[in-house]
This record gives sequence, C-alpha cells and structure tokens, in this order.
Amino acid sequence: MVGKWIKRLYTLIIFGFLYAPIAVLAVFSFNDSKSTAKWEGFTLDWYQSLFQNDYIMKSLYYTVLVAVVASAVATVIGTFAAFGIFYMKTWKQKAILNVNSLPILNPDIVTGISLMTLFVALNMELGLMTMIIAHVTFCIPYVVLSVLPKFKQMPSEMLEAALDLGATPFYAFRKVIYPEIKPGIITGALIAFTLSIDDFVISFFNTGNGVSNLSIAIYSMARRGIKPEINALSTLMFITVLILLLVLNKRTKIEEI
Amino acid sequence: MKKVLSLVLLVALMGTLFTGCKKDDQVVLNVYNWGDYIDEDIFDIFEEETGIKVNYETYATNEEMYTKIKKGGTQYDIAIPSDYMIEKMIKEDLVEPIDLTKIPNYANIDTRFKNLAFDPNNAYSVPYFWGTVGIIYNTNIITEPVDSWNVLWDEKYAGQFTMVDSQRDSIMVALKKLGYSMNTKSVAELEAARDVLIEQKPNVLAYVGDNVKDMLISEETAMAVVWSGEASTVIQEYDNFEYALPKEGSNIWFDNVVIPKGAKNIDAAHQFVDFLCRGDIGFKNADYVGYATCNTETMKLLDPALMGTTYAYPDDALLENFEIFSDPGDFITEYDRVWTELKAK
Amino acid sequence: MIKKLSSGPYLFWIAMFVVIPILMVFGFSMITTNSDGSWQITFSNFTRAFDPIYIAVLARSLKIAVEATLICFFIGYPMAMILAKMNVRFRTFAVMMFVVPMWMNFLLRTYAWMTILGKNGVLNGILSFLGLPQVQFLYSEGAVLLGMVYNFLPFMVLPIYTVLTKMDQSLIEAAEDLGGNKKIVFLKVIFPLSVPGILSGVSMVFMPAVSTFVISNLLYGGQYMLIGNLIEQQFLVINDWNFGSAVAMILMLLILVSMAIMNRVGGDNPEERGVNLW
Repeated sequence: MVGKWIKRLYTLIIFGFLYAPIAVLAVFSFNDSKSTAKWEGFTLDWYQSLFQNDYIMKSLYYTVLVAVVASAVATVIGTFAAFGIFYMKTWKQKAILNVNSLPILNPDIVTGISLMTLFVALNMELGLMTMIIAHVTFCIPYVVLSVLPKFKQMPSEMLEAALDLGATPFYAFRKVIYPEIKPGIITGALIAFTLSIDDFVISFFNTGNGVSNLSIAIYSMARRGIKPEINALSTLMFITVLILLLVLNKRTKIEEI
Repeated sequence: MKKVLSLVLLVALMGTLFTGCKKDDQVVLNVYNWGDYIDEDIFDIFEEETGIKVNYETYATNEEMYTKIKKGGTQYDIAIPSDYMIEKMIKEDLVEPIDLTKIPNYANIDTRFKNLAFDPNNAYSVPYFWGTVGIIYNTNIITEPVDSWNVLWDEKYAGQFTMVDSQRDSIMVALKKLGYSMNTKSVAELEAARDVLIEQKPNVLAYVGDNVKDMLISEETAMAVVWSGEASTVIQEYDNFEYALPKEGSNIWFDNVVIPKGAKNIDAAHQFVDFLCRGDIGFKNADYVGYATCNTETMKLLDPALMGTTYAYPDDALLENFEIFSDPGDFITEYDRVWTELKAK
Repeated sequence: MIKKLSSGPYLFWIAMFVVIPILMVFGFSMITTNSDGSWQITFSNFTRAFDPIYIAVLARSLKIAVEATLICFFIGYPMAMILAKMNVRFRTFAVMMFVVPMWMNFLLRTYAWMTILGKNGVLNGILSFLGLPQVQFLYSEGAVLLGMVYNFLPFMVLPIYTVLTKMDQSLIEAAEDLGGNKKIVFLKVIFPLSVPGILSGVSMVFMPAVSTFVISNLLYGGQYMLIGNLIEQQFLVINDWNFGSAVAMILMLLILVSMAIMNRVGGDNPEERGVNLW
C-alpha cells in the first residue's frame, strides 16, 4: 500500500508545518534570557513569574471567558440562521449571504471602529459586554459558512417527511436535522473559538474599564519585547488543551463528529 | 462533550458574577498605559497606602489610545501619551487640567523637563520618562564608530540595517540627514526626504515595527534605528552593542502623565500622579522599565554608571540638534502621501 | 413557520451590528470634515482612492490573497480528504489538533516563524549542518505566502472536511458499481459534491487575506504597503476616517463582485452551489 504511506507522510508534513512555530515558542519559554531569539540556557523562571503577573492572569481569564461565551452564542445563532437561510427564496438567500460576508472581508480596524462608534452612540459603556457582542458579531458569519454547506448536502425532503409523520418542529430538528449538520456545527464552533481567542484589533476598540484579553496584553507589550512569560503561558495552555483532548478522546470512545 | 462544554460555560459565568461584585465604597482608578511600561508592583503599594485600587489596561500606540479616549465610552483616570499627542489632546480638549499644588512631589522633576513647548506650563501633564531615537549597532560587525545618519545610506551596509516602520520616525531620519527640521511644514523638504528614502529602500533589510531587539540579538540585522529604551535593554544584556546619537540631530521624546477628559476620580488621579513622582517609586519604575527618568530624586538612587551613557542619560552637548515632535495638524496628510509613495513603489 | 423564525435572532443581530455599522462607514466615506469641524457631502474620497498609487496597493493585496488562497486550496483539499477518511475514533482528535496551534497568539506564532526562517534561524542551521549554503528566507514574498498559508490553512481544510464526511456514500458506491475508476469517481462525484465546502473555505481564506497586513509587515519587513495598512493608517495615524472608509467600501464592493463572478464560473447547476453570493 504505497497510497497509505503517502497519506501518512503528507499528514506528517502538514502537522510538522503547523507545529514548528509552536515547538519554537515552547522551547524559548525555558530560555534564560528576555529575548526569544537566542538560546542562553535553561530556566524555569518564566513559569514562576507568570503566576505572579496579575495582568497576564486576568487577561487569560477574560480571553477564555469571552471566547467560550462568544463562540457558544455565535454557534447557536449561526446554526439556526443557516437553517432559516437554507429555506429562503434564492434572491433573499443571496442578499443575506452577501451581508453575512461583510464582517469577514472588512478589515478589522473598520469593524472595530465602526462597532465602537455604534456602542458609544447607544450610550453603552465599553467593557466585557461590548467585547462579547463584538466577538459574536465577527464569529457568526463563519458559523453560517460552516453549517450551510451541510444543509445543502442534506436530502431536501427530510424535514418535510419528519413533519408529515407528525414530529414537532423541535423534535424534527433535534432528531432529523441535527445529526446531519452536526459536523458543520462543530467546525463552526471551532472556527469561532479560534478567531475569538486570537483577536486583537476589534477587541481593543470595544473594551474598557480594565477588561483586556491576552491579545491586547501581548500586542501592547510588543514594542518593549514580548515577555517570555507569554511563551510559558502558551506552552501551558497548549499542554492543558492537549491533555484535555486526550482524556476526552479516551472517554468518549467512538464519538462521531 | 456536551456536558463538559456546559460545565465550562457555567464556571465561566460564575466567574463573571463574582468579579462583578466589587466593594462599592472603594475608589477604583483606571490606569491606561503603554504595555509593560510600569512596574505593576507599585499598584499594590499604592493600594496599601491610599486604599485606592488600580484597574490597569494597556495600549500599543499613541494613536490607538487617542482614538479610544476621543470616542469615549470608557473612563480612564490616567494615561501616558507622548509629547506631540499631548499637544494634540490639549488642542482638542481631551485632557483635564492638573492642579500642581496637589502634587508636592512635582518638585522632584528636573527643571529641564518642565514647561516644554507641547505643554508650556505643565498645566496638563507631568513628566514620566524621556529618551531619544538613534542608531544601535553590533560592534562585532560594524567596526567603525557610527555618529551620523549617513551610515544608513552607505552602500557598504546594504542589507545590514533596519528602519522604523512608522511614517514620522522614518521621515524624521531623512529630514535630519538633509539638515531640515523634523517638524517641517514644507512640501519641498518632505519630497526631498522621500527621494532619499526611496534611494535608500533597496538597501534596507526591513522596516520594523516592534521586534527589533530580537533581530539585533540574533544578528539578523547589524544596525537599527531604535528608541533609546530598546537600545538600553539590549546593551545592558549584551556588551557588543553601542548606541549612537547622530550628529545631525534626531528626536528627543517625552512621555508624560495626563488625566484624560471623562476621568471620574480626579482627586485620586492627582494622588496617583504625585505617587509616581516620588523618588522611590520613580526608582522602582525606572529600574523595571529601563528608560530615563525625569525625576532628580530617582536619579540619585540609580546606578552612577548609567550617567553619561548615550542610551540613558547622555551629555547635553550630544543633544544639540535634537527636536521634540510637534503635532503637524492637517499637514500630516502630506507625510502620509510621501510615506505611501515610498511604500507603494 | 419555524423555518422563518429560526433566522430571526440572526437577522436582528446582523441588522444591528453589521448593517448599521456598515451604513455608518458608508456615511463616513461620503463626507469630508473641515478643520473647524463642519462637514459636507462629497465624492472626493472615492475619486481620491483611484489614484494610481492606491490602485497599485490594492492590486498587490489582491495578488497575494489570491496566491495564498490557491496554495491553501491545493494543500488543504488532500488534507481534508485524509482527515475525512480517518478512523472515526481518531478523527475528532486529529481535527482538534489541526486547530489548536491557532489558539496560541498570532504575534507569537509569527515571531516564531521569524526565528525559524531567520539568517541564523533554525532552518538555516539545518541547512548548514547538512553542508548546504545559507538561504535568505525572510523578507521575501515567499515568506509572506508561507505566513498566510500557515494562518489560514485550517479555515480552508475544516469546511471541506465537513462536507467530505458523511457524504452520501451510496452515491459513491453507485458510481463505483457502475464501473467508474477512482479518478473518475473523484472528479465526477466527490469533487462536485464538495463544492459548497470549497466555496466556504475560499471565502474564509480569501476575504480576510485581502485585508490582513501584519503578516506582510513582519515577514516582508514592511517593504510594501497593503490595502489593510492603508486603511488602518487612515483610521489611526492620519485620523482621516472618511478616506479610510471610502477605501474600505471600494474593497468590499470589489471582493463581493469578484466572489460573485467566481461563483458563476464555479458551477453550472445552481442547486449544487454552496454559498452563492450573487
């Protein structure tokens, strides 16, 4: 089976490409220097000082909070939206999908500043709430784009058949549609979470009152040099996620996504 | 999977509820600062001494900070903009006046840094740190001493140096090289500066935003235009670097503490400014940040070896042709045009 | 009824936080403000944007975005197929592992690439260990493309992977039963059925790629201005929101039109298309 080996090699190369920078930043979290460019010896200092840095720890908390809440809200709204959009008339569907892509193609700065202007005009105080709303806004379109193709793939009469057979709409959605579109929902949620956790510009302009995420902390320290504590934090985050995944993978055995 | 997710969600929400409950009577001071530009330990000292809690947030550029303060929607009690930005904020009524009588430690500030043109009577701002822009170079690679911007036009060093990826700073270098003022309002002078920058462009390794220190340390580049604070961090860790103040002159800059418009706790803000001006607190900050302090009491506590170094406390004679940036007003569009012409080529 | 109701919250959200802000941006683009604070309606921001300099900036951004999208597609499609065909038990894990690197901060990851690609970086270290000559990887268009592909690849792979899983197996089996060989089954059955996923992937890569510029700033050493730089600069440095908005509006229109054209070319049967934009 040559094909099988080619596949394995290909997967290996791609994962190597994805993880090369992660390996570098993990290695430099043990570097005995403020610089992340030249190896100066081994130390665990950065791990120690990480936990004493209130600002970084607080930012981490807000990052995770905002990412979890925003991606959950965006996934729910986006999934139902895709459902509705799929059954719309063609012209309506096209119009809405055009609007849907605006937050994707708009430069962050434009989205960030226009949302900020809106919040200020609405007399909302910038902070956690506005940051979550902003994140939901830029995540929803990605969820719609992830879920909609699954609807297109679904045998079109499925819902009608279920309803004709007497299922309530909610039951039909849960038992008939949901299993079909589930992979789309999961990718949508993953993409939303990924975008949220990594956003700087939109977050910056739509937060205030001491609420800041890791991206804001990192970008604003960039000129002075990103502290190796951040490398340490990233390494810890990565290991945590990895362990969590391994545990879940073991426990859920065969879970179809 | 679902159960785990909902659990995470629940914990996260509980967390918000708890952090939401703050003691109502406690004054919370919102401090808005450049990233990593203060020793955060002093917040605890401040809280211990005054009972005022500090809520800390950071920004990366003057312009980002300006946009947020101008738009409102937040209340910052303290911010630390640079000179030209202070001038602009005063012009646009974005800062509260500072009552110097409430800041006894203002007496500690070196008179050289008081009453500068961007805030003539220090009615709105109190000096924090200052520094210069110059050339840092790796003495293992660049063996002849550097003292002029002209080295950045020397073919010998093609591909071995970086410029700053910021309109005004890079155009400043060209203007100064040509002997003009860096605050020029002459289109002809700006275009002359553009032409020398275009001439230089093929030799520039990169226009760097903020990771220049790593590039120097890993010897990716041998020479770079940098802020003195960055030079100081590199030189204190590696002794094969020197920092040159070009004889044609350069930028001398100041970051001052201001109280932005919309501040809720003006009294507490004054207390905080006074606290920053204290000799020992100034020392903690200067020691942590590594930039040059404006505080005479702090100077006394510093390592005497720093005095007279080009990167921290240079002799006045070296700063003869140095200028402070002023707010160009609408003329900034001309800078932008020139810069775009350089970058679009 | 339920079909109509289900998109209600979305429509409200989009109207409130996408349409209104875009209308505001449009409003900004149609006025100029004088130094005394007064303003008037004008087209001048748009006419100014057609200066050859800005056209050059736009053209360069589009070119890089198209290249990055194509590379993501050609690298991503086989990856998505491999993921979709993996053992179910292992698949969840593999897909998660695919996105987890993106949870580390973007700036850190890009700096790490600079450490890898640098003159004295890891890659050149390996080259010289093998006795090969050093190569200048950084500050080239190749480095920018690498950075873009790195950051956008998951957004191409995930939607394609999603449509490839649970693809109607009976169709594929039928095609195989009818004597189609692997290549024909792929070209005539699998590929056309995956078009909705491809279009989603292309949208999620191409559209953000046009307006990003930080990757190019870092990996190309800020040598060239991209459209994202231009807009950011107008908003922040120059404080000319009007011109910045005009450029953003033009960018939006241009991309929507080009995506529409792509969709038209993309498939002749309208029922098959995924995310048609026009």
